[in-house]
Amino acid sequence: MLRIPCPYCGTRDEVEFRYKGDASVRRPAAEAEVARFAAYVYERDNPKGWHLEWWFHSAGCRRMLQVWRHTVTHEIHAVGAAQEQLSTPVGGKPA
Amino acid sequence: MSDNAPAPRRFRSSGRYSALRLLREALTGHRGWKPAWRKAEPRKQYQVVIIGGGGHGLATAYYLANHFGITDVAVLEKGPIGLGNVGRNTTIIRSTYYTPENIRFYDFSLKLWEGLEQELNFNAMVSQRGVVYTYHTDGQRDVMTGRANDMRLAGADCIELDRAAIKSLIPPISLDNQRFPVLGAFMQPRGGTVRHDAVAWGYARGASEAGVDIIEHCEVTGLRQASGRITGVETTRGFIGADTVCLAVAGHSSHLASMAGIRLPIESHALQAFVSESIKPFLDVVLMFGAGHFYISQSDKGGMVFGGSTDAHNTYAQRGTQWIAQEVASEGVALLPELANLRILRQWGGIMDMTMDGTPIIGPLPLEGLVMNGGWCYGGFKAIPAGGYTTAHLIARGEAHPLTTHMDLERFAEGRTFDEPGLGPFPWMH
Repeated sequence: MLRIPCPYCGTRDEVEFRYKGDASVRRPAAEAEVARFAAYVYERDNPKGWHLEWWFHSAGCRRMLQVWRHTVTHEIHAVGAAQEQLSTPVGGKPA
Repeated sequence: MSDNAPAPRRFRSSGRYSALRLLREALTGHRGWKPAWRKAEPRKQYQVVIIGGGGHGLATAYYLANHFGITDVAVLEKGPIGLGNVGRNTTIIRSTYYTPENIRFYDFSLKLWEGLEQELNFNAMVSQRGVVYTYHTDGQRDVMTGRANDMRLAGADCIELDRAAIKSLIPPISLDNQRFPVLGAFMQPRGGTVRHDAVAWGYARGASEAGVDIIEHCEVTGLRQASGRITGVETTRGFIGADTVCLAVAGHSSHLASMAGIRLPIESHALQAFVSESIKPFLDVVLMFGAGHFYISQSDKGGMVFGGSTDAHNTYAQRGTQWIAQEVASEGVALLPELANLRILRQWGGIMDMTMDGTPIIGPLPLEGLVMNGGWCYGGFKAIPAGGYTTAHLIARGEAHPLTTHMDLERFAEGRTFDEPGLGPFPWMH
């Protein structure tokens, strides 16, 4: 069970949250070619290591949170609001 | 027709496991048994190198060597064979899908399972005990009726069971659960279970006998390429050259593909499975709970083998989260209340390559000579024979087998995703 330190509510169990996927992908500019949009929608780094991801605190403050989490150890490095610039863990690929 | 499985090869007795041999070994302390496949040393160059000695990798090698005439093949496995997902699943086989393409593919697999023991001359304990799906609402009945009809149209089997038939088939089931009363069920009688370890061993032996080198403890650390095509793989046991390299690495397809600079439409997620202590015969079908996501069967040793949904976040850790275990247990008890008396003996997690549309990928990757078989989400075990056969077809003939034309990688960029449940590009929901 993950324990996620929500910046609004404090540390809560994973059951209060909903996973919302990779938070490092960025929407291309509107005039970008179709291949870039396909990559944005479908392709993922899927790293074995640090992963910047979205979690929605559905049973808490109902905010979207950014979380740096390690996909092997499940250690959480940083949690922040959607707009925040989080510190990148060593070895993590910045967004 | 492409849906027809190739006839099993003629039975050729090696005499290895004859009654006479058994008697002789019994009298001499069983000291004469030899390993069933060669422990090969890597050569410098192969026509085909398959990365991953799991179900799909071994099956691909087996069919390449025995049905497509390509025997210059190596299977590279970072650990011992059979310890990945082929040994970490709930062993269920079935072809209960919704779209004609998937029904035909998985029914092709079921046909290969039906002939597997004759094909391999190996007892894989293929047990067609039937797979039963309960339904709990009128809407669910209508959807399942449609699916049953589609299955029958595609040549698969599916029958409907009323409550009395369910109760007589599955005495311990609770039909009158307060929240989710069972209204009826559908059953695929040809579905069932297979002893998963024997699948790996049987394919390994059959491939090895045909000349395939199975190289254990050989981890791939890089993919070497020159002028736009693959030339071989860097491994912990040195460079191995190859004309064609096939990725068959459940859970790690993204990791391997990234060695060639390729990003895949895949996320890796954990799926848990559970085994209880052994009990007397309790359940002789595979049972699926329609009001949630829960599936259960009883192993030949008597343990109840069951599982549910994925952990729903990216992970490479082969363990499971607590709340899913709790969810799975509560669904199990809702369906079969007597399960509450059982203790769980083992629990484990396997890493699934979840694709963005829930459909696997069998096809070439954007590097000449590199192909993949992966992204099985959590349906990889039942697909092993068909996945191996069609991947061998792809490698040998240079084009997709007619049953896998919808499984290519290009479908994502070209807007032809094959999203059977219609969930969108959210792998943790598939």
